[in-house]
Amino acid sequence: MNITHADVERVAKLARLHIAPADLDARARDLGRVLELFDRLGAIDTRDVEPLSHPLGATQRLRPDVVTEEVDRTALQRGAPQTEDGMYVVPRVIDPR
Amino acid sequence: MSGPDPYTVAGISAGLARSEFSAEEIARHFLARIEALDATINAYVTVTAELAIAQARRADDARRRGEAGPLTGVPVAHKDIFSTSGVRTTCGSRMLADHVAAYDATAVERLRESGMVTLGKTNLDEFAMGSSTESSHFGPTHNPWDLERVAGGSSGGSAAAVAAGLAPVATATDTGGSIRQPAALTGLTGLKPTYGRVSRHGLVAFASSFDQGGLLARTAEDIALVFGAMAGFDERDSTSLDAPVDDYPAALEAPIAGLRIGVQEDQLAHGVDPGVADATAAAIRELEGLGARVRPIRLEHADVGIPTYYMLAPAECSSNLSRFDGVRYGHRAQGAASIEELYVQSRTEGFGLEVKRRILAGTYALSKGYYDAYYGKAQRLRRLIADDYRRAFEEVDVIAGPTTPAPAFRLGDRLDDPIAMYLADVFTVGVNLAGLCAVSVPSGFSDGLPVGLHLTGNHLDEARLLNVAHRFQQATEWHLARPPVEHGRAPESPE
Repeated sequence: MNITHADVERVAKLARLHIAPADLDARARDLGRVLELFDRLGAIDTRDVEPLSHPLGATQRLRPDVVTEEVDRTALQRGAPQTEDGMYVVPRVIDPR
Repeated sequence: MSGPDPYTVAGISAGLARSEFSAEEIARHFLARIEALDATINAYVTVTAELAIAQARRADDARRRGEAGPLTGVPVAHKDIFSTSGVRTTCGSRMLADHVAAYDATAVERLRESGMVTLGKTNLDEFAMGSSTESSHFGPTHNPWDLERVAGGSSGGSAAAVAAGLAPVATATDTGGSIRQPAALTGLTGLKPTYGRVSRHGLVAFASSFDQGGLLARTAEDIALVFGAMAGFDERDSTSLDAPVDDYPAALEAPIAGLRIGVQEDQLAHGVDPGVADATAAAIRELEGLGARVRPIRLEHADVGIPTYYMLAPAECSSNLSRFDGVRYGHRAQGAASIEELYVQSRTEGFGLEVKRRILAGTYALSKGYYDAYYGKAQRLRRLIADDYRRAFEEVDVIAGPTTPAPAFRLGDRLDDPIAMYLADVFTVGVNLAGLCAVSVPSGFSDGLPVGLHLTGNHLDEARLLNVAHRFQQATEWHLARPPVEHGRAPESPE
């Protein structure tokens, strides 16, 4: 499977990763090999097969919409890189101009 | 220390009950061994010596008050992907190198409440993605049987810790073989439970429809002693199974006469190391000698497992790891001018190569225009694989085969060839795709390196697997072999 630098860059952009120009060849090769491995299965007819997303047919359980635990914001934010007054601090998102 | 074996859960539990040693003495015994040996093995990312001593003293107090259970005071190491309150949880990644969780994973909490003493957190492939524990930000783990070789992965730290006598038992996780493959490569017993059997709450997610917590120990008996305390329904895990937990120790001794063992035709035909093939055949004969009946089975889509797994697991990984954005926890890049730059730089700096490979592959499989051909197709193939097992378990009780195609490979050998690395999981991924339980049991040696017998059980059939593994271990001595690690002395590399 021929994966181009543009393919890798497109996927990297979606995944919020930067791939250095010097690494594009290697990442294209890695991705191509995984897809190639999978493409060999193309001959198996799966048209009438129901997709399996969870073994044992697990589905999301529902519970009553009541408070079961209080979140300790201070404890949870202790590991955050930067907080202020209980908020997460990030670079400016809205351009003031 | 004489008397009960201070390297097994059973021995420690018995010794503590008879007051032959205290929990504090046992904790100090293991901490001293870690201090002496782990610089060469690198099984631990974090050693929690103070916590261990404090917990051990509490265990001794509980015993004096007559409140001790069978696990009170028995040490355990936790794979560094289980969240631990107050102790860093790194996932072997730069991204989480300084991350301290605000709560314990349910599995950790349950073992702590049963009185177990935490020795530390063990090394792993970054975010459990790998088969060699070489992709860890904290350096590779070395196999106690041969320091030049890998201990397997992703739970290589847990495996090396138990194999080298740096813990009697360790928690681990298995997404495509990450408990069983390291067990085989280090001469241990490893249980991958049924999907949903052990709570995933607090287990940092890699691939949510595959991830499952389990145990690595020397013997099936040791796993049986600990597993009941760890397993069972948890309302904080939305896919936790609401099924009763069996009395695993009580099930160990049942005779296995009449047990129907399925053996897949041709599985030893190609690409399997001759030593592994011989050991597997001999182990199956041993089980026949115990009264089991072998019948051939056919898992038609066995060859489909690896490509299907390496499409679905990266897809789930790309989705799960999108949470690491440099904002709420984990690594944050310095000097980003915009939020977009902050995301990209933090992730690019925080993740290692194999994690990036998988995020890229998974994102590709889920992206517009490719979803049906890759992710969708893989989900359909997953059902074909699960159906093969369902039909097989109408005919047999357990499926037997090798855990890995070969014994431990050399450090560095497969780092540049991800596909060769992925093939280490060829005999284990089917179990994860179908959500089944399986155990790897030491079954001999190939060129002086341990190899494992893989026993697959039907959903929730862990008690039977541990029973078969235990009867096998009563008839064999492979699980008693010890790597060349002596107190204070590093093992020598073989010629």
